[in-house]
Amino acid sequence: MTRLQKEYTQKQAAYPHKVIVCCGTGCLANGARKIVDAFEKILSERKVKDFSVEAVKETGCHGFCEQGPLVVIEPEGIFYTRVKAKDVPAIVEKSIEGREIIDSLLYADPTNGHKIEHYPDVKFFSHQKRIALRNLGKIAANSIYEYIAVDGYQALAKVLLQMTPDQVIDQISKSELRGRGGGGFPAGKKWRTCRDVKSDVHYVICNGDEGDPGAFMDRSIMEGDPHAVLEGMMIAAFAVGARQGYIYVREEYPLAVIHLQKAISDCREVGLLGANILGTDFTFDVRIARGAGAFVCGESSALMKSVAGEVGEPRAKYVRSVVKGLYDQPTVLNNVETYANVPLIIRHGADWFRKIGSPKNTGTKVFSLVGKVRNTGLIEVEMGTTLREIIFDIGGGIIDGRPFKAVQTGGPSGGCLPSSKLDLPVDFDSLTAVGSMMGSGGMIVMDDKTCMVDVARYFLHFLVAESCGKCTPCREGLYQLHALTEKVCNGEGTEADLEKMEQLSKMVVVGSLCGLGKSGPNPLMSTIQYFRDEYLAHIRDKRCPAGVCRALIKYEVIEDKCTGCVACITACAYNAITGEKKKPHFIHQDKCEKCGACVAVCKHDAILVS
Amino acid sequence: MNHDLSKLPEIFGRHPQSAESLIMVLQDIQKEFRYLPCEALVATAKQLDVSLSKVFSVATFYNAFSLNPKGKNVVRICVGTACHIRGAKLIQDQIENALKLKAGQTSEDGEFSIEVVACVGACAMAPVVIVNEKYHGGVNVSGAKRLVKVDKRAN
Repeated sequence: MTRLQKEYTQKQAAYPHKVIVCCGTGCLANGARKIVDAFEKILSERKVKDFSVEAVKETGCHGFCEQGPLVVIEPEGIFYTRVKAKDVPAIVEKSIEGREIIDSLLYADPTNGHKIEHYPDVKFFSHQKRIALRNLGKIAANSIYEYIAVDGYQALAKVLLQMTPDQVIDQISKSELRGRGGGGFPAGKKWRTCRDVKSDVHYVICNGDEGDPGAFMDRSIMEGDPHAVLEGMMIAAFAVGARQGYIYVREEYPLAVIHLQKAISDCREVGLLGANILGTDFTFDVRIARGAGAFVCGESSALMKSVAGEVGEPRAKYVRSVVKGLYDQPTVLNNVETYANVPLIIRHGADWFRKIGSPKNTGTKVFSLVGKVRNTGLIEVEMGTTLREIIFDIGGGIIDGRPFKAVQTGGPSGGCLPSSKLDLPVDFDSLTAVGSMMGSGGMIVMDDKTCMVDVARYFLHFLVAESCGKCTPCREGLYQLHALTEKVCNGEGTEADLEKMEQLSKMVVVGSLCGLGKSGPNPLMSTIQYFRDEYLAHIRDKRCPAGVCRALIKYEVIEDKCTGCVACITACAYNAITGEKKKPHFIHQDKCEKCGACVAVCKHDAILVS
Repeated sequence: MNHDLSKLPEIFGRHPQSAESLIMVLQDIQKEFRYLPCEALVATAKQLDVSLSKVFSVATFYNAFSLNPKGKNVVRICVGTACHIRGAKLIQDQIENALKLKAGQTSEDGEFSIEVVACVGACAMAPVVIVNEKYHGGVNVSGAKRLVKVDKRAN
C-alpha cells in the first residue's frame, strides 16, 4: 500500500497545479459536468504549463451547495463559485497560466459583501471541523488511489497487522464514539456485544437509507468518499468477526450506488476485499442492497428485513439486533457517518478523538443546514457548537434579513426549537432535553413566513404515508393527529382539539412499536410547546400569522404599489387575476386558489397577504 | 398489455438467484418497463422461488414500485422539509396545472407522470424538481412551467 501511495503521489507531483471541480449532486445539477468537459477539452487541445488533463479532479460535495458549481485551483486555493462552462477558458488563461484572480467569480460574504479569494477564508468553511467530511471536495471520489494518497486504508493496515479485535473495540469504546444515525448509542459497546455473541456468522451493515426529509449528509459521504465508509466497515468487520457486509442505500441516491459499486470493485481488484486481505487471514466482502423508497426501512430491524428482500416491517426488540439481526445472526448496524469516523479514530487514537467535542458527546457532527438560511449546505462542527454559531456564523443568517423563527432538527422524529434556544450547545443529550433530537442531522431553518402548525401537519402527513401499518397506535394515532392539525389549519380547530392532540401524542409515543411511531409526535408536541400562540391564533382568531394556511388567508393587490406589469396575471394558473397593462390589477377572490404564485413573481411587493 | 418478456432472463441473471435479490430484481424490471407488469411478477416469483403473494406484498409496500404504467417523462417534485419550507406546494400547483394532471397520475397519452417524493437529498438547492433523472434546483414559478414545457407535448 505504501508503494501504491508513493507511486501515485509521485505521478501527481509532476503537475503541481490542480483544478478541483465539485461534482456533488448539487453542483452536477447546476452544470458541473459541462465544466469538467470544458477543462478537459482545453487541456487536451493545447499545452498548459505545469498542467495536464489528469489534474482535473471530480470531487465529492464540498457542502457549499448554494454557491455551486464550485471550482478550486490548487495549490493557491483560489475559490470560484457559480462557475459556468463559458468561464472555463478565462480561468485557464488568467488564473492558471497568468496567476490572476477573476473577481466576478469570487464568493461575496453575504454579511458584508466582501469578496473572498481563498477557500479557507470563507466563513462557511473556517468555522468547521471536518473529520467525517475530511476528504469531501479534496479527492476525486471515484479513485481508490486518491483515497490511498491521503493515507486511506492505513487504519485498516494498522488494525490487521498490529492489533487484535479486542484492541480495536477498546479504542472505539475509549473514543466514546456514538452512533451518528441519531440514536447516539455508543459504537464500541455495540461492537463488543456483537462480538461476544457466539455464532459462526456475524454481519456488519451500513445504514445509508437516510429517509429523513431535509438531510443529505450520508448521501454526500457515500458519493464523495465511498472508501472512507468501506474502510470503516472493514475495521468493524475485523473487530466483530464478520465476513460479509451490506450497505443499504436508498433508491433516491443513484449516484451513491454507482460510486460505492466502483469503490467495491476497485477494492476487490487491489486485494482490499475478498479472501486474505493484505496477506492476513482476514476475509471480508461487501454487497450493496438498494432500498425502494420506505422511510421505515431506516429503522434497524425493518432495514434488515429489507436487506433480506422482504417487506420492511420492524419487529419488537426484546432481543436486540446485535444479538439476533440479519438472518437471525449477530449484526452490527451503524450509519454512514459513524463508519466514516472510524478510520481516523484508529489512525490518530481514541485520546485525539476524545479531545474534540464535549464530554459524553465526543467528536463532530455533520449537519445539513437548509431552509431559510443564506449559506445552505453540509457542515461539520464540533459537538457542543451552539445553534447560533451554526445558523448565523456558518449559515450567514436568515435569507433577506428576515427574523429567525425556529430551527427544526432531527427530521420527522425531532422537534422545532424557538429563538430562546439559539444558545443551546448542540449534542445528543442537550437536544433531547429540550424536546427535539439529533436525528441524522437535518437542520431546517425557518423564518417568520413559516407556519408552525403547517410544519407539524407536514410531518404528520409524511409519517402517515410512511407508517408501515403494523402497529395500531402508529397507524391510527398518527392519522388522527394529522386530521386534527388539518382541522386547525383550516380554521376549524377548537381548544379541546389542542388538548386532544397533546393526549393522543403521549399515547402514540408510549404505544408504538418502533422509532417511527415513538418519535412521530415530536414535531407536533414541540410546536405546541414553543408556539402555542400560533395554534391559538388559528383556533381563536381564525388567522394564520405566517400567511401560509390557505383557508385562512386572502391575497389582494395593493393598488398604489401595482405597476401593472402583468407578471402575476401570467403566473396565475387559475385565471383569477385580471387587469390591463400599466394599470392596477385585480384578484377575483372566487377564483383564487391562494397558491401564492402572484406573490412569488411580484417584484413590487404589491400583493398583500391577509 | 403485451410486454416483451424476453428481457427477463437477462435481468434475473444480474443478481444471485435467491429471495435476497427480490427488491433489486423488481427495481430492474421497473426500470425496463417503467412499472411492474403482472406477468413479470409471476415470472420473478418462479425464478427466485418465493411465493407470488410475497412478491406482491413487496411490490406494493415500497414507494418505488408501481403496478400501473408510468409516463415516458416522469416529473418528480421533491416535497421534503427543505423544499416544503421554500414553497414546494406552489411548484407542485404550477406543474399540475401546466400538465393538467395531479400528482400520482399519468397522462392519457402516456407521455407524462407526476410524482411527489419526500426528499431526494438535494436540500441545499430547494425546491427541487427532477425531470427524467435530471435535477433542477431553486425552481421558481416560471421555471416550473418551463421544466414541463417539453416539445413532445406540442399539439
